[in-house]
Amino acid sequence: MLAFIIQRLFQSVLVMLTVALIAFALFNYVGDPINNMVGQDTTQADRERLRQDLGLNAPFVVQFARFVGHAVQGNFGLSYQQARPVGQIILEKMPATLELSFMAAFLALLLGVPMGIYTGLHRSSWGSQALLAISLVGVSLPTFLIGILLILIFAVLLGWLPSFGRGAVVHIGWWTTGFLTAEGWRAIILPAITLALFQMTLIMRLVRAEMIEVLRTDYIKFARARGLSNRAVNFGHALKNTLVPVITITGLQLGSIIAFAVITETVFQWPGMGLMFIQAVSFADIPVMAAYLVLVGFFFVIINLKSPPPARCLRVPCRGRGGHGSPTAICGGAFAARR
Amino acid sequence: MNKRLRWGCKWALSAMIVLTAFAATVEAKTFRWANDGDPTTMDPHARGDVFVSSFDFNMYEGLVRRDRDLKLEAALATEWANVNPTTWRFKLRHGVTFHDGSPLTGEDVLFSFQRAIAPGSDLAAQMSAVKEVKKIDDDTVDFITDGPAPILPNYLANVAIMSKAWCEAHNTQRAATLKDEESYATRNANGTGPFMLKDRQPMVRTVLVKNPNWWHLKDQPIDIDEVVFSRVENPATRVAALLSGDLDMIYNVPPQDIEHVEKNPAVKVWQIPELRTMFLGMDQSRDELLESNVKGKNPFKDKRVRRAFYQAIDEDAIVSKVMRGFAHKTALMVGPGVNGYDATLEKRFPYDPATAKKLLAEAGYPDGFEVGFDCPNDRYVNDEAICQAVVAMLAKIGVKTNLLAQTKAKYFTKINAPGYQTSFYMLGWTPTPLDALHMLSNLTQTRSADFRVGPWNEGGYSNPDLDELIGKIAVELDSEKRNELISQALTIVRDDFAYVPLHQQIVVWATRANVELAPLGTNDFQLRYVKLK
Repeated sequence: MLAFIIQRLFQSVLVMLTVALIAFALFNYVGDPINNMVGQDTTQADRERLRQDLGLNAPFVVQFARFVGHAVQGNFGLSYQQARPVGQIILEKMPATLELSFMAAFLALLLGVPMGIYTGLHRSSWGSQALLAISLVGVSLPTFLIGILLILIFAVLLGWLPSFGRGAVVHIGWWTTGFLTAEGWRAIILPAITLALFQMTLIMRLVRAEMIEVLRTDYIKFARARGLSNRAVNFGHALKNTLVPVITITGLQLGSIIAFAVITETVFQWPGMGLMFIQAVSFADIPVMAAYLVLVGFFFVIINLKSPPPARCLRVPCRGRGGHGSPTAICGGAFAARR
Repeated sequence: MNKRLRWGCKWALSAMIVLTAFAATVEAKTFRWANDGDPTTMDPHARGDVFVSSFDFNMYEGLVRRDRDLKLEAALATEWANVNPTTWRFKLRHGVTFHDGSPLTGEDVLFSFQRAIAPGSDLAAQMSAVKEVKKIDDDTVDFITDGPAPILPNYLANVAIMSKAWCEAHNTQRAATLKDEESYATRNANGTGPFMLKDRQPMVRTVLVKNPNWWHLKDQPIDIDEVVFSRVENPATRVAALLSGDLDMIYNVPPQDIEHVEKNPAVKVWQIPELRTMFLGMDQSRDELLESNVKGKNPFKDKRVRRAFYQAIDEDAIVSKVMRGFAHKTALMVGPGVNGYDATLEKRFPYDPATAKKLLAEAGYPDGFEVGFDCPNDRYVNDEAICQAVVAMLAKIGVKTNLLAQTKAKYFTKINAPGYQTSFYMLGWTPTPLDALHMLSNLTQTRSADFRVGPWNEGGYSNPDLDELIGKIAVELDSEKRNELISQALTIVRDDFAYVPLHQQIVVWATRANVELAPLGTNDFQLRYVKLK
């Protein structure tokens, strides 16, 4: 296990270095930040001095080495746009993104799993067909359009929910949370739904497909033959086996929820890291962009590092059931066939 | 619903009722507004950016300021005059205090000037005419200039006066350069202005409150007690927030939404002719264009070619089709509202593709030619669409333009000093001191090798007669005589076809129906003029 973790950590460092390298290579194409930083009257000499101060005249390799050297010490420099330490800016923005992402993941699971079970069990019912049709909207409509539609309905026409922002937040140490105020809860509803919609659809379809497949296995047939109730078979045996890939995929998806929060955050002016990144791109704020991309790389690495254990834990009860008479070999076989 | 949940709901509900009751009794007038940009720093010297300084000047003030008609008026100085051609004398106002309660003195003025020209400040260039600042007595400060400087007060309107003691106490005697640590003044403010900084969340929310001790409060009561500024970048969200009542004011309204916003009776639309002039420029200095199929010579050196380009542009179509009527066509490189603008010169050469084609033929290009065309796509209203229209119009006289529309960070890097890597481009210009001299010396004076003169003359236009005239305008203290000279200079620029002027755009702000404000063509939003009915 230790060797596995060390190996993974080594890979992680490689991944992040690569991300940083690619990011830096891309910065050559965002343009010159100097023009965004000064007014029209600033002389050429002053512009040149600023460029020199920021180290923009140095060759690519030197700039990259300098960045990595500082980043290792946890120093990402000052934002060109805000003249404040990048680390501080990211810490300020992180709670907003994480709260939104976890809320969205939670919503997606909370709604997606039951919907998946339902559509898996009652495949041809009218309700299932309707859910599947609606879920198509979730995958096919772009996020910004869904966001704008929700704003139009719930903020402009009905006036129930705020159209942008995060509402009032409460400071707990360096963390800020919107979960302790009514305004904060009202503000998170629309962006969380927008962000959750795609994931919800994904989870629903995944659970449904898995359910259908598991219900076909001999293992379930044996369970039924034993005269177990529908409820015990569907939820005790079938669902438990279904959840393994669902947990793995949801865990992996958390990374993309954080990464794709960019669009939702832009639409709702949600003050998180995604919005920060967009603002940095339009300003050519290189230190912020670099730090964000490395951080997202870091998130993906951590999620992938951590994903397997919970999935493994889930398999245990399935095998454990062997004692009650269900043949373990078939249970394992079901996995082997599916993986 | 279980018991605990029900109890929780009841509790939350009663808390909300108490809160609303509380809010109702206080009855503070809060004004909520949004823009797509953020005032990235509260330090009034750090950025020359229009939006940032416009925001900061609600908290800070200069010696002079602009009123709602953009005329200079007394602010921290009560009067100012030339005591001799190279000395401007300013009398300071009595009884002005900073937000922290300390009084304004001549020392603060001296200190602020030094801070504004030190590294880290973005105002040094605007102050380049000043040789020395002297304190004569406690209420009098002299600005001594290299030569006569008729528009120095215009520039001084952009220099905020900060408290020397405050800056020293917080170790921010200089605006932050990016080499240093964060400066205290980046997120804190201590000015003399009508509003005080209460809360600053960079890029998210900035809250200002009324300054109860403002020196001008008696003559100009301030109607609003609190101002909440939010940054909302997505234009659709901004409009939705205004329509839903989450905001009282937004600027700018995207052109495609204006019609639909106007129809809403709860909302008011403000049309503001901007002082910025949009124009096309041509490389007239290289012997061979960088991006063209004409080799060995530069067609733009021939005035007939420049004229052909001018007369091939159907500006009426651009105004009505591309700008949807939200622009005024112009024949001059400065618009109404800028000192030196002369309405009698406002005559565009007519749109006439036939003449244009003939002119091209006379110049030796009967079949036209090919040229690159640089354009930004995120800087001005409909910038890329205007350029596409120009491409189509020039195609009619046989000129094939290869449009390169890109983001401003890349666009400016390409066309600006030191490289000036362009053959044909579109740009917009607002004279910082609201005086035509600024446009003339930046865009039309012959470029100097050190980029101090004519730095934005991307096309390298040069006319010795005009240079001489600009030299005279720069030092003429008699404003009538000076405006006469400016008219002469504008005529030369127009008749030389140095540029192809297009239009001044109209920017649109929108408010809830109960809001009154002073719309300014500089995009400067002064909160002291805001009233809520």
